Amino acid sequence: MSWFTNTFKTSIGKKLIMAVTGLSFICFLMAHLAGNLTLYGGENAFNSYVERLHTFGPVITLIELGLLFLIIMHILIGSVLFYQNILARPIKYKVYKSAGGRSLGSATMPYSGFIILAFIIFHLINFHFADKTNNTIFQIVAEAFANPLYIVIYIAAMIVLAIHISHAFWSLFQTIGVNHPKYMPLIRIAGIVISLIFGVGFGFLPVYVSLI
Amino acid sequence: MTSTTDKKNINLTLKIWRQNGPDNNGFETYYADDISTDMSFLEMIDVINERLTLEGKDPVAFDHDCREGICGTCGTMINGRAHGPEKGTTLCQLHMRHFADGDTLVIEPWRSRAFKIIKDLVVDRSPLDKIIQAGGYISVNAGKAPDANAIPIPQETAETAMDAAACIGCGACVASCPNASAMLFVGAKISHLALLPQGKPEAMIRVMAMVNEMDRQCFGNCTNHRECEAECPKEISITNIARLNREFIKSGLF
Repeated sequence: MSWFTNTFKTSIGKKLIMAVTGLSFICFLMAHLAGNLTLYGGENAFNSYVERLHTFGPVITLIELGLLFLIIMHILIGSVLFYQNILARPIKYKVYKSAGGRSLGSATMPYSGFIILAFIIFHLINFHFADKTNNTIFQIVAEAFANPLYIVIYIAAMIVLAIHISHAFWSLFQTIGVNHPKYMPLIRIAGIVISLIFGVGFGFLPVYVSLI
Repeated sequence: MTSTTDKKNINLTLKIWRQNGPDNNGFETYYADDISTDMSFLEMIDVINERLTLEGKDPVAFDHDCREGICGTCGTMINGRAHGPEKGTTLCQLHMRHFADGDTLVIEPWRSRAFKIIKDLVVDRSPLDKIIQAGGYISVNAGKAPDANAIPIPQETAETAMDAAACIGCGACVASCPNASAMLFVGAKISHLALLPQGKPEAMIRVMAMVNEMDRQCFGNCTNHRECEAECPKEISITNIARLNREFIKSGLF
């Protein structure tokens, strides 16, 4: 185990864990968005998608537990890195100006991360742990988004998610060592496109559900 | 003096960090009157120091050596920018013509937990030396000098290694990084050795040793803000950090 701990206790080792767990969340979000798009097919399409998904039973539970493990790692290691970075400069500059490197996404990574965590807990309470004995999942979703406050919270959270991913996507490639002038511009564009797809794709769903 | 040379002189207000002990510190304001725009930034501080000395006051301590932009000794923050606002420029190569008459400049030392302040604007950058000592070298048996072209190296590789080797170790990457991380420095040093055949035998040991030393010196963690790349006086690219990450993965996992 010594090679393992020696590798992952280092600064770069911890960042590698952040990159790989982060990439798995992006994969999860793609699948999640693809499934949610069935909402545009109406009540029956969405309910039958959810029913079909649940026929996978233990596989889904396994994936859920896996995601839970990855998310705990991402949060804990992210917090350690954040704390170490605060300690690394005990006396702040009186004047500090960006030379043009930082972006909205990179400057707010830890904060957007914690907001997304709060949102995930809120989101799971709303839908995952909701009482489904008398209601179909579509009814629960429709009921939640009848409340304008929920729509606002969900859209705001998706904007924060998009900002987080706008930096996260290219940054994870850089961390796993994939950066070359040949294809880095493409990765950066892909990051913006993916964050927009997630932001708009998830963000518009509450509005659509409230309208039907 | 003629009127044209008079025109080239500017008046500045300087707010300089003075520190002569753990508790004896703070910003002092100085008026830099009649500064020629042909001067370099360091020559401007020389003038201020001459005036301070004549007044019987302690001159401002600052690091400098070659004043040609190649040694990496000078460097302070000017209005929140490492080596001042010009791109790809060390402090000694920054000229006063880039400032306007009446400007106020806040001059601070590099700030990082790893860089302790020695006096005023002078910081101890030996943590960077410690990282080099941990593995930033190649072991060569002494003896006859080998033939110059005994080991063929493609031109492109040699150029990439040379770009990384342009690092002068000034510490601007650490100073400008929001996390005070030394990853660009380590990335440059790892790259210039890892790219060349002479550096390959020790590459796997080197990267682990240097990254561990970097952590031990309490530098921050890179979060890919890219401020280092934007401030580096030698314009070293963060592709060198990606190469460091690749070397680390090879060493740590394979």
